[in-house]
Amino acid sequence: MHKLLVSAHKELLLLTRDLGGLAVLFLMPLLLVITITIIQDNTFKIIQENKIPVLLVDMDKGDVSNQVKQSLKNSNLFEIVQEQEESIAQDLVQKGAYQLAIILPNDLTKDLNLKIRQNVTDILAKFGVEEENAPITDSPISQKEIRLYFDPAAQQTFKSSVRNNVDKMIAQIESQSIYQAFQEELGEDPSEPLFDTKSFISFKEIIPNEHKKETIPNSTQHNIPAWTLFAIFFIILPLSINMVNEKNQGTFVRLRTLPVKYATVLGGKALVFLTVSILQFVLMLLLGIYLFPLLGLPKLDVSGRIPLLMLVALFAGLAAVGLGLLLGTIAKSQEQSAPFGATFVVILAAIGGVWVPVFAMPPFMQTISKLSPMNWGLNAFYDVFLRNVGFKEIVPELSLLLLFFIATTVIAILYNERKNAV
Amino acid sequence: MIQIDQLSKKYKDAVHFSVSNLDLKIGEGEIFGLLGPNGAGKTTLISMLCGLLKPSSGNFSIHNLNFSSNKNELQHLIGIVPQEYALYPNLTAYENLYYFGSMYGLKGNSLKESIRSHLKILGLHEFAHKKVKAFSGGMKRRVNLIAGVLHQPKVLFLDEPTVGVDVQSKTVIIAFLRTLNKAGATIIYTSHHLNEAEQFCTTVGIIDHGKLVCMGTPQELIQKEEGITDLEGVFLSLTGKALRDHA
Repeated sequence: MHKLLVSAHKELLLLTRDLGGLAVLFLMPLLLVITITIIQDNTFKIIQENKIPVLLVDMDKGDVSNQVKQSLKNSNLFEIVQEQEESIAQDLVQKGAYQLAIILPNDLTKDLNLKIRQNVTDILAKFGVEEENAPITDSPISQKEIRLYFDPAAQQTFKSSVRNNVDKMIAQIESQSIYQAFQEELGEDPSEPLFDTKSFISFKEIIPNEHKKETIPNSTQHNIPAWTLFAIFFIILPLSINMVNEKNQGTFVRLRTLPVKYATVLGGKALVFLTVSILQFVLMLLLGIYLFPLLGLPKLDVSGRIPLLMLVALFAGLAAVGLGLLLGTIAKSQEQSAPFGATFVVILAAIGGVWVPVFAMPPFMQTISKLSPMNWGLNAFYDVFLRNVGFKEIVPELSLLLLFFIATTVIAILYNERKNAV
Repeated sequence: MIQIDQLSKKYKDAVHFSVSNLDLKIGEGEIFGLLGPNGAGKTTLISMLCGLLKPSSGNFSIHNLNFSSNKNELQHLIGIVPQEYALYPNLTAYENLYYFGSMYGLKGNSLKESIRSHLKILGLHEFAHKKVKAFSGGMKRRVNLIAGVLHQPKVLFLDEPTVGVDVQSKTVIIAFLRTLNKAGATIIYTSHHLNEAEQFCTTVGIIDHGKLVCMGTPQELIQKEEGITDLEGVFLSLTGKALRDHA
């Protein structure tokens, strides 16, 4: 026990005397979380508050184009910029001056009305309701096409969102036109609505609540756990570099000649770096609670969750420390440990769902994702932060993180014994 | 007593043995100088005796103990002063020594007192609380030496303990080692300073190409070689003047 405590004290001294290293350990994760949250929060605000300028080429100039314009205005997402020529609009979007151009073709209103009247007349005729006036035309009406031009650099998510909005808008216009045509055919005044054209089926998002209080997840609730976990795992870099330094300084050779177990040496490092990861987490929480509101970001809500959150941070820290001990044991130089460690953490984060949600990954990657300790940690954090679960529900994730720590540490000890057997 | 029988070491991918079928007996209380040109096998032999390298074949015992069955006992029995400064540059001399002393199982006031007295003997007490990275080569050598002797080992291995130090530091180190020897420690030391070895060692063994070329007191070895008056002459006569550069 004395050897373990002295080892931990030595590690603490080494860590506290490396101010640059300390800054990297504590300031960089803070900077990372602040940057990511500001970017994500602002993206959300930009969409909500700062409307996206959209080029609109109106070759229809009829009711449909008016309704499209009205719908775009009502969506509060877009600011309409009129353009006369499709080719100019296409060029501007191609050059990235605009994210999107919507081209409404000639005779859109006229042809839509004709098509609908044609269909309505046919339907009414089948019910034995003869029209007073002869049908306008029997000749087939060609399909109309609203063309969308996207900036090649536009994100896929933005494209799908716009496509869905336009699709929904067209469906609404079409259904309103159909109702209107029926009204006209039935001899009613189209200005007085006969049919209720509002959607019958609506939806409501039900948010998990605690003590009858709804907690709406915000960018802070999402970002703090994800990026804190990322930062916690980045501890494998200073930890492995610390171990490689011992090899380079010759102190590791001396340690091998001393009557001390490798597990004790690792234990000292684990104690200190685990404490660092807990401190990192506490700093992140304080950041979310006190600093974020000052920066205009949503406040982190940790009410009633602190013990469980600390538990998850502790086990995630253990997993990260285990990985660092293994890497530090195997690596022979900083040139090996630093790039490998950094890349490996990024890979673990990627497959763990820190950037792209696991459900959005291909099935193969979803399976791989389950092997990432960062995925276990992230799930446990989300369980506590966003799903308001209790201790029992996070036991599986905590167990996996603990097993990962045990496995990596045991491998490190066995590797060292095998490598240095005499 | 150290008993070495047919000890050999061949590194992976190496063509030649670094140590080849070496037999050696070092008596208790001796100051044994292990001499040889670069690449002769001195450090390899010491590394095997300290439990840092696994021999390819052969065996050895120190006070009838060996690493395969008495590792912990042996580690308490021996002290090692490696050629490189095996110290933490960002820790003070005192903190380095406290850490290494504690790893030997020393603790409390006896450890603190031992550190203080050793630092004083080796002229470092004023610098006890300065970081090692600020020390000169000679100062680092002396801290490196204390780290290997705090637990009062019966057998002390020193790999070139005076390399790169000034005459003053060298004198203090040698005087300190003599005191340890008088207190009962067996000393096995490697060096390229042949005059120093001639003055300091009770027995000298010269090895070359992993084999023991000769062994005896410095005076015996000098007398054996006709027309030679010092150990350096013996050394050159037995190992030749050819350069031993290797990569």
